[in-house]
Order: sequence, then C-alpha cells, then structure tokens
Amino acid sequence: MASPLIRVEDLGRDYRLGDVNVTALTGVSLEIQAGDFVSVMGPSGSGKSTFMNLIGCLDRATTGRYWLNGEDVTRLSPDQLAGLRNRHLGFVFQNFNLLPRATALENVELPMLYAGVPPAERHRRAREQLERVGLGERMAHYPRQLSGGQQQRVAVARALVNRPPMILADEPTGALDTRTSQELMALFQALNDSGITLVLVTHEHDIARYGKRILTFRDGRRVADQPVADRILAGTEPAAAP
Amino acid sequence: MNTLDTLHSALGSLRANKLRSALTALGIIIGVAAVITMLAVGEGARERVSEQLKSLGSNLMLVLPGTITSSGVRLGSGSRNTLTQNDAAAIQEEVAGVLAAAPALRGSGQLVAGNLNWASQIYGITPEYMIARDWRILRGRGLDENDLRTAAKVALVGQTVADMLYGGSDPTGQTLRVKHVPFTIVGLLASKGQSFGGQDLDDVVLIPISTARGRILGQAQGRLQTVGQISVKMRDGADMQQAEEQVSALLRQRHRIQPGQDSDFFIRNLSEVVEAEQAASRTLSGLLAAVASVSLLVGGIGIMNIMLVSVTERTREIGIRLAVGARQRDILIQFLAEAVILSLFGALAGIALGVGGAHLLGHLADWNIIVQPLSIGLSVFFAAGIGIFFGWYPARKAARMSPMDALRYE
Ligand SMILES: Nc1ncnc2c1ncn2[C@@H]1O[C@H](COP(=O)(O)OP(=O)(O)OP(=O)(O)O)[C@@H](O)[C@H]1O
Ligand SMILES: [Mg+2]
Repeated sequence: MASPLIRVEDLGRDYRLGDVNVTALTGVSLEIQAGDFVSVMGPSGSGKSTFMNLIGCLDRATTGRYWLNGEDVTRLSPDQLAGLRNRHLGFVFQNFNLLPRATALENVELPMLYAGVPPAERHRRAREQLERVGLGERMAHYPRQLSGGQQQRVAVARALVNRPPMILADEPTGALDTRTSQELMALFQALNDSGITLVLVTHEHDIARYGKRILTFRDGRRVADQPVADRILAGTEPAAAP
Repeated sequence: MNTLDTLHSALGSLRANKLRSALTALGIIIGVAAVITMLAVGEGARERVSEQLKSLGSNLMLVLPGTITSSGVRLGSGSRNTLTQNDAAAIQEEVAGVLAAAPALRGSGQLVAGNLNWASQIYGITPEYMIARDWRILRGRGLDENDLRTAAKVALVGQTVADMLYGGSDPTGQTLRVKHVPFTIVGLLASKGQSFGGQDLDDVVLIPISTARGRILGQAQGRLQTVGQISVKMRDGADMQQAEEQVSALLRQRHRIQPGQDSDFFIRNLSEVVEAEQAASRTLSGLLAAVASVSLLVGGIGIMNIMLVSVTERTREIGIRLAVGARQRDILIQFLAEAVILSLFGALAGIALGVGGAHLLGHLADWNIIVQPLSIGLSVFFAAGIGIFFGWYPARKAARMSPMDALRYE
C-alpha cells in the first residue's frame, strides 16, 4: 500500500507564555490517506487549529515527527516549507484571508506568482479555477465587493490553483450562513470526488458529516477517530428547518 | 516572483498610501536636491576658476608700486611711482625661471573712431606683455621693438573696442584717436572674456609704452622711466612662492631698502585671488554637502520608520503570502523594492528640484552653474543605496515572520 499522505507520530506543540507552559497539542499519532475527507471536531481550545497549522507546515511542532507524502518535514528550512505549502497544500480559512487590495483574479494568481508560473498561464489557470467555483463573472471584483460565500469561493479557487493533493480548511463555514455553508460543502465533496484530500475543522456536526471520517480533539489530545456512519451527500440535505 | 510582478506589487502598495509615500520621500527629495545643487555650484565655480586662471595667465605675478611710508602715514598702492622699466629688465635678467617680465603703464581714456566714441582701458606695453598676459593676435600684427624705439602711434585693440567702434568689421588699418592723438590700429586681440569681478578683459587698447609716456598716459618723461606695474610670468612648473621671494629680494636691493623697512612695492600673486574665490565656493559646497547628508540620513530614517509601520500594518498580508508559498526572499525583496522605489522616486523629484534650484540660484546670484550627468547618476545610485540600507531591516523583519503568527495577527 502507498505511504499515507500524512503521517504524524507523537506530535505535540507547547507555547511558552512567560513562565507558564501551555500545551496546545500533545501525543497525536495518526495517518491520513490520499483521497480521504477528514473532519476535525472538538471544543474550543482543544487544539484543532494547532493541529491544522502543524500539518499545514505553517507552524513547527515542539515534539514528535511529521511525514508529508513520505517526506520528513520536521527539519525542513522555512523556504523548503514554503515550497511545500505552495505545491502540496491549499488553505481555506474562517476569515477568508484574501488580499484586500487585489482583485479576485489577482488573489487566485498569488500562489502561482511564487511558483514561477508565467503571466499568461497564470491568468488562464486563475480564470479556470474561478469558473470552477462559480465565480466566472466576478473576477475583477475586490474582496470587499463580494459576499462572504463568494469570498470563500475565491479562497477555494486560490487553494486549488497550484493543483495541490490536499486542502486544509479551518472552520471555512464559520462565517457563512447555512445555505452558503451547504454550497461550500458540496464544492468540497466534489473536489474530494476528483481525488483531492480534505481536512476540515468544524464545530458543527452537520458540517462534519459531509466528510468520511471524524477526528475528535479534547485538551490537546486526539480522543476519537471514527468513520462517518451517516454521511451527508451534497444535494440530499434535508431542507433547512423553518 | 519575477521583477515585473515585484514592481507591480510594490507600486500598488505605495499607491495605496499616496500621501504617506510622498511625505516619506520628502527627506530624500531635499537631500538629493541639495546634492545636485551642491555639485552644480561646485563644478560651475571650478570651471569658472580654471577659465579665469587661463585668462589671467597662470604662473603670473603682478608687481605694483606699493605702500611707502611718508612721515608715518602709509600711502596706498601707486601713491608713488617706484617701479621702473629697469626694474623689469633686472627681474628678467636675474630671477631664475622668468619667462617674461613686462612693464606697463595703465590708464583710461576716451577713444574716438569716426563719429563713435568709447571709454576704455589703455595700456602702454612692451612686446613681453603679450607673453606675460597670454594675449594672442587674431588679426594683423603685434607690437615690435621698432614701434617701441620710434614711439610709433600704433595700437592693438580688444574685441570689445573693435565691436563698439567698428561694429565688428575688421579694425586693422583703421585710425583710432586715443585721447585725441591719432593711432593706426595694427592688430586685433583674441577675446579673453570676463574676469572674476565681471570686468570685460577685452575692453582694452594696447600701445607702445614709449608712446604712452607723456601725453597719452600723463607720465613724466622721467629719466627713471617709471612704470605702473610689472607683470612677471614664470615658466611652467616654477615655484611661485620662491620666485616671489626672489623678485622681492632683488627689488629691495635695487631700491636700497634697509632690512626691517617696508618695501616700496608689493607683489600680488594672481592665483591667490583665484584661490580665495575657490575657497568661497568650497565653503558653500561644504554647507550644501552638510545639508545634503543630514537630509539624506533623515530621509533614510524616515523610510525605515514608515517601512516598519507598513510591515506591522501588513502582517496579515505577509502571513497570507507566506501561507500560499512565498519564500523569505520573496517577502524581503517585496519590501526592499518598496523602500528602493520610494527613495528612487525621491531621487527623481530631488533631481528635478535640484536642477531647477541650481539654475535659479545661478540666475539670482549670477553664478556659473554646471549640472553634470554624473551627479544625476550619482544621486540615483545613492538613493537606491539608501533605500536598500534603510529598507533592509524592516524587510528582513517581514521576511522572518512565522506564517502562523502572521496569519493570527490582529
Ligand atoms: N500563539 C499562541 N500562544 C499561546 N497559546 C496559544 C497560541 N495559540 C494557541 N494557543 C493555545 O493552544 C490551545 C489550543 O488552541 P487552538 O487554537 O488550537 O484551539 P482550537 O481547537 O482551534 O479552538 P477554536 O475552536 O476556538 O478555534 C488553546 O489553549 C490556546 O490558548
Ligand atoms: Mg481554531
């Protein structure tokens, strides 16, 4: 069997605040296979974001090891990590994190700027991704001219544009209403069906159930890891309660 | 990230804060303007001085009948005619390295040609004067020993005199009345332009010194053949200091002046005048250089300050860029580019201001101003250096942020 896309062993992250040591994450060992769709749940402060930042190579673990696609990333330099983020990972954040002074198209082009893609191809691919997320008409709009759902779609297009094998989303529906959330999850399921691995943090069970597997965190530990029994498939949702 | 993208993004963020960018560049603008003005004034003065040296004749000293003490009262230069044509001959003979020691009488008077008249400087000279004062003949001939011996009524005229009295047409062969005495013009002098004081050096008439005595310049036909000045031209490479001492020693001996007594003549080394002028322009240049360097320093610190503010303000933007794959170098270059563009913009505005200011100053103070292309290149180079130097620390601070911390920044 191929090596897992993600493998972590005894992963931990401590923060030092003056004399106090805050353990945000400790002793996490798990694997995520390519093509999986993992929902991460747990109460606030349980370490979900900390975990996502570590597997997203945005932060460094204080203990344990992490292999991304078979490569030990624990000891890579900041620039090597940047390269990994650029080519292998796409991020979607709760607060969208778009550049406010750049248009939708320019925001989507950003990862390609750092991948050395020539301008003409950059435009073409950014356009393609925006069309894929249903924003073909909004390319020249600035983030402030877009709704929350549209901004999150721009973020998804940006995450997709370098064709990474995996997308990490930390509470992507946190700022969206139910309908828009369902649309976004439908988009994620479609991406997962096309072979992209997804890891998604959420507080809502109804969102987590779009995934195939649920990880539960508590006090910095992973306390449960279960397949989703009653998976929601996009388009089959019950109508929103009146 | 390629150069064009870097430029595009840097210009974009500078444009987002137009007023702030302009104010930040102000220090550089003033600094560069001061540098440009300083160099323009300095170079203008330097060129004027070297031209002046040429027109004065380098290696030249002037011996003037000097202060003599009469009953304890010191009288000014020329108060008594103590120099003679024989003194000039003695200097020529006995001081080593003398190219020409030329005695001259000097006065002014009215010139008349046809129905035009003009007041001008009149010099009674010997042929050596032409060598000593670097006069060249443009048309006709110079004065010779024969003219001197016969006290011929022949004259050489300067360009200005020719223009004023003959309207620019060839004056040689024409008659010129000098203080009512008719002279024949035998030569036209090549132009020398202006002296330091703005005096027109071409406004002259040169006649044989023997002719000048008596009626023309009102000198008594004394046995001593007194002269108004002696121009001493030294050979190239001669030590002017030493020559001055030798001339002085010789004349004191000839005039029988006791040790401890004041000389009855004095010697002016013309390059001293030039040096004084040079020193004045150096002082001004130094002042401007001080303004320039302080201003550039303050400008640089201003850029650093604003870049630090900008890095803090844009922490989240930095986080986003890092998250999607920007390397430290990409962030570093992005912020450095902004600092450099800011200072280059300052340099361009400063150059415009400096060139304009230099010309205005030149116009108002009647100075010679030369803006050299090199000084413009230098300013641009300097400004880019300041941008890099003062932009480095903020840019590095941005580049070294942790992606996670940057993204979480509120
Ligand atoms: N930069 C930091 N400095 C100090 N402590 C931190 C830092 N980031 C997180 N923590 C601590 O680590 C713990 C886990 O935080 P984390 O953000 O991972 O929680 P979370 O599960 O994502 O919570 P939420 O659902 O509210 O987003 C918390 O106790 C938090 O206070
Ligand atoms: Mg969180």
